[in-house]
Amino acid sequence: MHNFDFVKPASVADAVAALSTEGAQALGGGQTLIATMKQRLADPAVLVSLTGIADLQGVCMGDGGLHVGGATPHAVVAREAGKYYPALAHLAGGIGDPAVRNKGTIGGSLANNDPAACYPSAALASGATIVTNRRKIAADDYFQGMFSTALDEGEIITSVVFPIPEKASYVKFNQPASRFALTGVFVAKYAGGVRVAATGASNNGVFRWKAAEQALSANFAASAIAGLTVDDADMISDLHGTPAYRANLVKVLAGRAVSAAT
Amino acid sequence: MPKDSGIGASSKRREDIRFLTGRGVYTDDITLHGELHAVMVRSTVANGKIVSVGTARAETMPGVQAVFTGADFAAVGGNPAGWLINSRDGTPMREPKRPVLAHGKVRHVGDAYAAVVANTYEQARDAAQAISDDTVIEELPAIVNMAAAVANPANRVHDEIPDNVCYDWGWIEDNRAKVDAAIKSAPHVTTLELVNNRLVPNAMEPRASIGEYFPGTGDYKLTTTSQNPHLTRLLVAAFVLGIPENKLTVVAPDVGGGFGSKIYHYGEEALVLAAAKKLHRPVRWTAERSESFLSDAHGRDHETKIELASDLEGNFIAIRTTTLANVGAYLSNFSTVTPTFLHGTLMAGPYKVPNVYVNVKTVFTNTAPVDAYRGAGRPEATYSIERVVDKMCRELNLDPFEVRRKNFLTTDMFPYTTPVGLVYDTGNYQATLEKAVQLADVAGFEKRAAASRAKGRLRGMGLSTWIEACGIAPSHLVGILGARVGLYDAATVRVNATGNLSVMVGAHSHGQGHETVFAQIVSSKLGVPESSVEIVHGDTSKIPFGMGSYGSRSLAVCGVAMDKALDKIIAKGKKIAAHMLEAAEGDITFADGKFSVAGTDKAKTFGEIAFSAYVPHNYPLETLEPGLEETAFYDPANFTYPAGAYICEVEVDPDTGRVEVASFTCADDFGNVMNPMIVEGQVHGGVGQGIGQALLENAHYDENGQLLTGSYMDYAMPRADDVPFYTVDHSCSTPCTHNPLGVKGCGEAGAIGSPPAVVNAVIDALHRAGHKIDHIDMPVSPSRVWSAMNA
Repeated sequence: MHNFDFVKPASVADAVAALSTEGAQALGGGQTLIATMKQRLADPAVLVSLTGIADLQGVCMGDGGLHVGGATPHAVVAREAGKYYPALAHLAGGIGDPAVRNKGTIGGSLANNDPAACYPSAALASGATIVTNRRKIAADDYFQGMFSTALDEGEIITSVVFPIPEKASYVKFNQPASRFALTGVFVAKYAGGVRVAATGASNNGVFRWKAAEQALSANFAASAIAGLTVDDADMISDLHGTPAYRANLVKVLAGRAVSAAT
Repeated sequence: MPKDSGIGASSKRREDIRFLTGRGVYTDDITLHGELHAVMVRSTVANGKIVSVGTARAETMPGVQAVFTGADFAAVGGNPAGWLINSRDGTPMREPKRPVLAHGKVRHVGDAYAAVVANTYEQARDAAQAISDDTVIEELPAIVNMAAAVANPANRVHDEIPDNVCYDWGWIEDNRAKVDAAIKSAPHVTTLELVNNRLVPNAMEPRASIGEYFPGTGDYKLTTTSQNPHLTRLLVAAFVLGIPENKLTVVAPDVGGGFGSKIYHYGEEALVLAAAKKLHRPVRWTAERSESFLSDAHGRDHETKIELASDLEGNFIAIRTTTLANVGAYLSNFSTVTPTFLHGTLMAGPYKVPNVYVNVKTVFTNTAPVDAYRGAGRPEATYSIERVVDKMCRELNLDPFEVRRKNFLTTDMFPYTTPVGLVYDTGNYQATLEKAVQLADVAGFEKRAAASRAKGRLRGMGLSTWIEACGIAPSHLVGILGARVGLYDAATVRVNATGNLSVMVGAHSHGQGHETVFAQIVSSKLGVPESSVEIVHGDTSKIPFGMGSYGSRSLAVCGVAMDKALDKIIAKGKKIAAHMLEAAEGDITFADGKFSVAGTDKAKTFGEIAFSAYVPHNYPLETLEPGLEETAFYDPANFTYPAGAYICEVEVDPDTGRVEVASFTCADDFGNVMNPMIVEGQVHGGVGQGIGQALLENAHYDENGQLLTGSYMDYAMPRADDVPFYTVDHSCSTPCTHNPLGVKGCGEAGAIGSPPAVVNAVIDALHRAGHKIDHIDMPVSPSRVWSAMNA
């Protein structure tokens, strides 16, 4: 790790100011960034921690659904979101291990948009709104491919607003080594229809499986997607799974998520 | 009733108190005044010609004290291979020099070609990066695939070795024609090609070394993560740096696991000593985990074709194997014996198989060196045999349990000379198999399979009946086979005047629990409390000699040396007692900590005798030296032959291909057991590693020689929820016939016997569900299972 300066502002305004300095980098829970810095693959001059900003913490119901502060650790979501959005709490409780869940934040996860992260599937399947210090971004516009998002330089995720579905579930298949999602599928049923988002599978990052959404909107049962196939053309290929395998997992996990949805 | 102390008791591991409370002292915990930090500069390419090493900028960077390159060590010796293996045609193996730092060429990703020593770690790391940036290496095509390495003479790992072959070994060459003929005429031949996947040892503590030099005396000290401090002293002193052995002390303090990877001497150890000498300051180096992945000796990595000839009833007639064994870029210390004498000699298994021939070509590639890893050659042999037997059963529609029963050596056949040169002294393979069958409730399998089916899972059962040769090793025999060292061990028992004991043992404990078990043996033998016995290990200045811990040898070799030293203590004690009790020496008996005159109530306690030995006021000084300290060396007469039967049940998720180990049953014969709890722990750990190999672990290099599984993001280690609660039994014991403790060794058994049981179970599950899949290579990952089912 290289030397760096560390600031921990108490307000979003101070954080934005700090991020305007040369080489500054926002720090959520650091579960990716710190590891990257240890390997000397990143060397920010200044780390601007967002975890000291009270406005970015916590889970509460509000306009449009469940509001999760951008710097809220996964463990807090796992503990406190259950009564409003059980599937989201379940997802948060399955990320990494206790150390990761107590440090890692929802904003950090969504800003990084790792193609195997869990949270992007929840945000996309829920049609969540990513709220920043500058604007509100619909999840459908936010995710722009692996490690790529609609965020601009210096833009901070202040909260994420999740509309509450009638039923939802997240089913993850662990990559055997990292236990990130080799593939994970989030299914959420709303009055207006069903949304299905898959993470870990595609070279383009989290994506919606629209054929399944259509079928499940008509009939919310695993059998409704039994006859569908998932195109494996853009699926990730690595030691842990072929494109065909990941395409299969999307379908299998979607079916299981539908069956498990509560 | 279990005993509560001494031999056979499950005494709690005394060392665990310091390990579990953070009070262990590992190499990296040691801080020395004036110490400097070394960082290695490692190749990022697999094969390359070093055009120039860019040291100029680094030398001027803040805090940098010295920079070393391969040129600095060009004049000193190489790190040698411990065994000379001859090829089938009688020519000796090819032995390229393994330098301290790569010189002229880099040969694998992670090959260190320079090192920086600086005041702080960060300064050394910055300077190492500068050297890496400023160095010019002309990249050459990487040689990764073994078959291609042998076939393509233009690409060479070592310029002087045209086909990249270290040796082409046949065992036993005289068997070959007979085996070929037997296979040709056999009613049935089962053929299987399989890969024994390459593994990274992943000890919890990464390698670390501290070099010190004392200019006043010219002495050196190396503190290092070693399973084998005396061998490291010999190698770094006599072979590499040319330091007299008596001027170098090697200390291996608490060591956090090794699994083989810390048997060997590594270049970093020579580097820190040379740097300490040059700078007159202590120099320390600790591997980062990424460096461990790239530079620790890896394990396994065989590609094998095995043929099993039999009659139609499943009676074995012959086994023939052809193996390519990857040795990596350089010969690590045990790398040449692991695929040969630790592998080929086990190829008869526990069976009556009259004809066996093994051919191994060991191949250089642009990958990290490969050497002995828990089991070392024996897991590869066991996997090949037990997988092909399983396939044969399926081809001939025979019951795998019955086939084992009919082919087992029977108890009346011992001692038994196998067609591959070993003499099994004793065993009872039927007993362990029947015990496993009972404990695993084989009879209830169909019921469990139905329950699995009801929840959409495919259940399968796999069997492995294994044998190993350990207690390594009889020096006279291994000398004939090419060993360049003897493989005895040594212990000194020092009885202090107050009756407590310091026992210096050559075996090194890096998790095994020697401090507890060895004290139990002393306690039983001398009738003293375990708590009065201190086991000292891992320091060449304190210990008479030792050949280290590996090959499940600590108890069966060093433990026996200690036992013999204890015999000497008792013999001397009898002389002292005879004098004090005014009796004939022949009338003195020793039991329960007391020297007694037979047939009388006259006795002296062990403590009284010890005191008299050091305060010899009433002592036969004319005929007996004062003091009570004895040393014994022990060289075993034969290997020991632990054996057993493992039964694994798995559930396969047909939709995802995921395999879950539902149960795992071990019935082992380890001979006499000194501490059942520790033995069970060793089996648990070994089976955990075996399940890891079977289902999860894979050191995978891409075609450019980059290690794709170079971190825990992609290298899958088994975790607690990947393994079941084990059923472990060691009641079917046939004590070793040639050592006085009757012990055989248990450290590697689990890793040797378990992988084929797991894979056999997966294949069984798939066949029962109608998937005619003969084989899936390890690791049997979800993706591989699903792909095989959907091919």
